[in-house]
Amino acid sequence: MVSVVYEAPETIQDAVALLAGADIPPRALAGGTDLIIQMSNLVNESRLVINLKKIPEFMTASIDAEGLELGPAMPCAELTAREDIKAVYPGLVEAAYLIGSTQIQGRASVGGNLCNASPAADTIPSLIVNRAQCVIVGPSGERTVAAEDFVTGVGQNCLEKDELLRKITLPKPAANTSDAYLRLIPRSEMDIAVAGAGVSITLNEDGECTAARVSIGAVAPTALLVPDAAAALIGSKLDDRALQAAADAASAASNPITDRRGTVDYRRHVVGVLTRRAAVIAADRVRGNR
Amino acid sequence: MSEAKIYKHIGQRTIRPDGYDKVTGRANFGSDLSLPGMIWGKILRSPHAHANIKSIDTSKAESQLGVLSVATYQDFPHVSSEKFQAGEAPTDLLDLARNILADDKVLYHGHAIAAVAALSEAAAEAALQLIEVEYEVLKPVMDVADAMEPDSPVLHSDMFTQGLAEEATSPSNIASRMELKKGDIEAGFAAAEVVIERDFYTPTVHQGYIEPHATTVKIDEDGQAMIWASTQGHFDLRASIAKLLDMELGKIKVIASEIGGGFGGKTTVYLEPVALILSRKAGRPVKMVMTREEVFRASGPGSATRSTVRIGAKKDGTITAMQARLCFEAGAFKGSPMGPGCMTVFTPYDVENIYIEGYDVVVNKAKVAAYRAPGAPQAEFAAEMVINELAEELGIDPIEFRLQNAAREGTQTVYGPKLKVVGLVECLEAAKSSPHYQEALKDNQGRGLAAGFWFNIGGQSSVIINLNPDGTGTIIEGSPDIGGSRASMQMMAAEELGIPGSNLRPIVADTEHVAYNATTGGSRTTFATGMAVIEAAQDIVRQLKERAAAVWNVTSEQVDWLDGVAVNNAGEGQLTLAEICAEADKTGGQISGTGNISARGAGPSFAVHLCDVEVDRDTGKVDVIRYTAIQDAGKAIHPGYVEGQFQGGAVQGIGWALNEEYIYDEDGVMENAGFLDYRIPLASDLPMIDTIIVEVPNPFHPFGVRGVGETGIVPPLAAVATAVSQSIGVWMTHLPCSPPRVLKAIQES
Amino acid sequence: MKKTHVTTTINGDPVEFLCDPGETLLKVLRDELQLTGTKEGCSSGDCGACSVTMDGRLVCSCLVLAVEAEGAEIGTVEGIETKHKLHVIQEKFLEHAALQCGICTPGLIVSTKALLEENPNPTEKEARYYLAGNLCRCTGYDKIIRAVMDSAEVMRGEA
Repeated sequence: MVSVVYEAPETIQDAVALLAGADIPPRALAGGTDLIIQMSNLVNESRLVINLKKIPEFMTASIDAEGLELGPAMPCAELTAREDIKAVYPGLVEAAYLIGSTQIQGRASVGGNLCNASPAADTIPSLIVNRAQCVIVGPSGERTVAAEDFVTGVGQNCLEKDELLRKITLPKPAANTSDAYLRLIPRSEMDIAVAGAGVSITLNEDGECTAARVSIGAVAPTALLVPDAAAALIGSKLDDRALQAAADAASAASNPITDRRGTVDYRRHVVGVLTRRAAVIAADRVRGNR
Repeated sequence: MSEAKIYKHIGQRTIRPDGYDKVTGRANFGSDLSLPGMIWGKILRSPHAHANIKSIDTSKAESQLGVLSVATYQDFPHVSSEKFQAGEAPTDLLDLARNILADDKVLYHGHAIAAVAALSEAAAEAALQLIEVEYEVLKPVMDVADAMEPDSPVLHSDMFTQGLAEEATSPSNIASRMELKKGDIEAGFAAAEVVIERDFYTPTVHQGYIEPHATTVKIDEDGQAMIWASTQGHFDLRASIAKLLDMELGKIKVIASEIGGGFGGKTTVYLEPVALILSRKAGRPVKMVMTREEVFRASGPGSATRSTVRIGAKKDGTITAMQARLCFEAGAFKGSPMGPGCMTVFTPYDVENIYIEGYDVVVNKAKVAAYRAPGAPQAEFAAEMVINELAEELGIDPIEFRLQNAAREGTQTVYGPKLKVVGLVECLEAAKSSPHYQEALKDNQGRGLAAGFWFNIGGQSSVIINLNPDGTGTIIEGSPDIGGSRASMQMMAAEELGIPGSNLRPIVADTEHVAYNATTGGSRTTFATGMAVIEAAQDIVRQLKERAAAVWNVTSEQVDWLDGVAVNNAGEGQLTLAEICAEADKTGGQISGTGNISARGAGPSFAVHLCDVEVDRDTGKVDVIRYTAIQDAGKAIHPGYVEGQFQGGAVQGIGWALNEEYIYDEDGVMENAGFLDYRIPLASDLPMIDTIIVEVPNPFHPFGVRGVGETGIVPPLAAVATAVSQSIGVWMTHLPCSPPRVLKAIQES
Repeated sequence: MKKTHVTTTINGDPVEFLCDPGETLLKVLRDELQLTGTKEGCSSGDCGACSVTMDGRLVCSCLVLAVEAEGAEIGTVEGIETKHKLHVIQEKFLEHAALQCGICTPGLIVSTKALLEENPNPTEKEARYYLAGNLCRCTGYDKIIRAVMDSAEVMRGEA
């Protein structure tokens, strides 16, 4: 078993100070649904576990005319119950809702999902298409990194050892914009995504797509922003040809591996299918909101 | 066939007597017992799938603070290669010992090598790191086809194939070959007008019980051992321990805890002998619990198979020839269920000409253990798929095709006996008239149907019924209750005694309180232990009559027993069971009945399943949208739990067909050793599982009971795979039909 | 490693315990507090046998550190019945034969109660998805879902 020193700071400053002063490897504990499993595989090691959930700002979310400010340790179960957030960012909320089971939802957080940086993380494509910004705090202050730059590799993020993800901010989407997230799993729940696609669509009054963002997950070391797929949609009315072009662009941008969850060919093909379908859902949501 | 009788107690949906403990969390399972002074045992497992062990040095672990004992294979007393009966099939003692703790070779990744007992779980785990093992790594053999190649690395230098026409001269991974035949297979195919032959593959799967293996043991100064274990057969566990550790049966008490699932996987032995060795050496009780990962890596999975099935028929639908070559993976040691696979593969059919060839082959995977109708799901999957394809080729409805060739009373099986009265035809008719079968399919949907057969076994059960002075009583039986059988025992005793079942408390006793009971498996419990309960109850009725006769001064022949009351036929007088018990001290002492039997006449159970699926043609994902399980129960003692067996078997089969498989890397290491990536069905994956209980009574059981636990897992593999095949227009031959495989089949067609 | 002292509430009772800071709530419930009703099936959050509620939220106790229970309200299966009076969910599980071996049952009972408190009128699909994190290998889920739907009806006062 891992040897744990446990702290539960109540302010951000205290949390940062603990990180900065750690003489054994520190780990931030949000929901713990990844961290506790990872620690259970360690033998003869020590960790400083810093529970973030006593810091009030980390556990709340607020939405206003500027957009969404999301505390990084708020459980998905709380986020997905927020009708006000769901109305504006349905894709992000549905992505958060897909993580694990009800029990996992009771603990897991979007911030934790992002920081854990699994290639298959469900919330990251949605954060990217919604232009999320990650506000990072450390001993020398704050800095901001775009969601698509936060994750740097498989299980790797851009946080320094003494830094914390302080909050995730999403700008208010332009008018007539909505998003969707889809993933493919072999069962109906519980599984890690074999492929995932997040799409944001903006339509004008004629039903023409004037803006789009496409991000794919589980098909590369990190989630990818796919400008080519977005470009295929922009200027179109999301007809079959445009949707297929977007699908093909997503497939072409993917760089998947074969592992116990899927093969290269399978993932490459399916991420295209999901991109298409997510674009249609996002567009339907825009029309439905009118 | 007997006419339907009216029963007063059996056939009810009673509340199971052990239910309150189960819904409140009070029921004690394998890892729920702790004892004063208890320490924790942990096992060191092989990091290699195939290697010679050059040396094991446990000295650093032994001298670690907090470590109280260490065990290796050397702690077994001399173990010889001897076959003994400890479970449903004969076991080789040497193989069993070497699987529990490796001798000079490790044969699968996760193979146990040594064990440590320490003051805490964490201390035991840490101490494992201090054991030094030197390996000579060998190339692992991970597939039955590779293992059968003449130039394959050989797992056991002393394994020479049994059952060949000429004696084998060089070691092989083929442990044995078996042949079953009937009629003239060549003439059979010559007479066929349509022949279909296909190759099939089924993967390594796990029984998937939610409760990991667990035990708490202690051994006293006089060598008296107590084992608390999650097991399907505590008497056979006792026998195994006695052989492995050279102990007398009378020195070993095994208490069967409540068991959190077994499905055959808990009919063998892993932890208990190791825990006893550790306990004896440390002088402390020892608890050992497998992690989920250990369960997957090192407890018996179900065999992977490669099969070829060839069936020929005339255009009018008469099947003229059936042929199969079935290759079963045994895992690290010999003993796959190849035999039952060969025996069951074509048994739903009454066909003149049959030839079956089976191979039991070792590979560098965990030694397989029984898994619900062992061998039959894999074998009958292949047969039923070809039957369905043949039906389609002939343009005959798959139910009609089966009815035309169905096994019935008098059908000569390929393995020897003629079938007695059986219910396959009734199941097929029920499928034909079922609401499911009448309903039309939509686009992208496909329907599959399959039959299934399992023999069921009888065997030894010993039961005592003790009555109390107030007429209540205890049924003391010895069959670990894996599915609600205590409720049925209560009802069967009640039916025989004529008193309310709630007056009788059924308990599963330990090995010291009741005589030998065979392992709960082979769908034997309601049948055989039920028979023993009935016999014990009849013994009680005999005594009750004698006591009443004594009171009335008549003979027992002049006393009738009706609905719980003794009636004096030679005069006046009635005495209830409670009244007789109240006066038992005056009429000769307390009243107990025994039924110690070796049950014969277990009736086979046939089943027919229907499955509708919808396939997403762009992703290959399969959704089961409707399922009906139809099976012959003979007589359903507790319909609710009979339905439960049908449904549970069906869903295990659905998982086997759609998503379950062991995935190995090139070093023979399982990559998905957890419930995240070993994907058993979830509640959200499934619709309701409709059931139809067919009752064609088994004439050899007083109430007509047929075992039902196992057959239900046989049809779903082909029912699901056929439904998928129908949906996409391609015959699937490789399981599981996971989305990538289904998509590939769609794209290649 | 010095143990940490934790003060918490379990099924309404004030409880204190000592634990290693790296230990999970599941292990402490079972091995320290002898509350063995909560079961261990996988210790990785994939089977739901260890389901408990924490401050009213359904969680896997194998993925909660015991030290996190400080100041929290924990609900386990032992707290579902009241002075030996079964909760209607427990009655319905028995009535519908919604258990065979029973190892998944405590987790399912805790999860079902959480479901019906959050959504008193779930559709069959909603119930199945809510309970997807509770694995059962014996029953095929059919009778479990029937017990859940029946419990919901009774709890709504409609049956």
